[in-house]
Amino acid sequence: MKLLIVDDSLIMRRAIERCVSNGRFDEVRIASNGRLAVEEFTRFKPDVVTMDITMPEMDGLTAVELILRSNPRATILVVSALADKATAVEAIKRGASGFLLKPITIESIQEALDDILAN
Amino acid sequence: MEEDILKIFAQSVTRYFDTIADGGAALGTPYLGSDNEAAGLGFSAVIGITGLYRGNIYYTAPREKLNALLPHVGESVPDDRLCAELVGEIANTISGNAREHLGGGFMISTPFILEGRDLAVHTAKNAACYILPVSWRQHPSRVLISIQKSPDAP
Repeated sequence: MKLLIVDDSLIMRRAIERCVSNGRFDEVRIASNGRLAVEEFTRFKPDVVTMDITMPEMDGLTAVELILRSNPRATILVVSALADKATAVEAIKRGASGFLLKPITIESIQEALDDILAN
Repeated sequence: MEEDILKIFAQSVTRYFDTIADGGAALGTPYLGSDNEAAGLGFSAVIGITGLYRGNIYYTAPREKLNALLPHVGESVPDDRLCAELVGEIANTISGNAREHLGGGFMISTPFILEGRDLAVHTAKNAACYILPVSWRQHPSRVLISIQKSPDAP
């Protein structure tokens, strides 16, 4: 199984990578903004994407939309600090499979990935 | 309005330390920063606010505090680059979490990191700058809140 981690924060990318280093994913790649995420998604064809929203060049919600346009079956977990309900609703409306609020813990990211993979 | 906004940021900061570091953040009494007051503590990040509010949110902390926090985000080796990244992530998280109460019209930028540079309070026209002291395990840090409602806000 392959995972693409998208976040402009090095700390967050490394934290998520550590959270999932339990053998579930065979290969993990990273992207630091939405534009690079769309490009990497096409090349890497991950089973799951974790996607930040507030990023330079292209925000995560736009990237979610573009990825799903190219592959409507893509599984994307939005991981963001934006805590208003409207943002979470918008993410789901654009096709994200789940929404996880930052700050995250090992348990919260693993549970969120369990949930979206189970569904 | 100031009191409500300060409470919102106090909640965001508390939530961050509760989640990441099992709590222990003690908030001091917020005070009004004076123009050109030196407020930086070594590593600082600024988040630009647009939409229904205008202004900036800053988080500033000394290297010692950030190095002490790094293991709580899984980093075992003290590192200035990671300190800069962490101060940006904290500023981003507490600002983004504030949208729970301030709504989607409180639009935040990506963090801009000021490392090793002085951070002075610049009180914008009609916008006060409140300083919220945050202590964690005896390490000081500060959240600077300088925002006002946009003229376009309802």
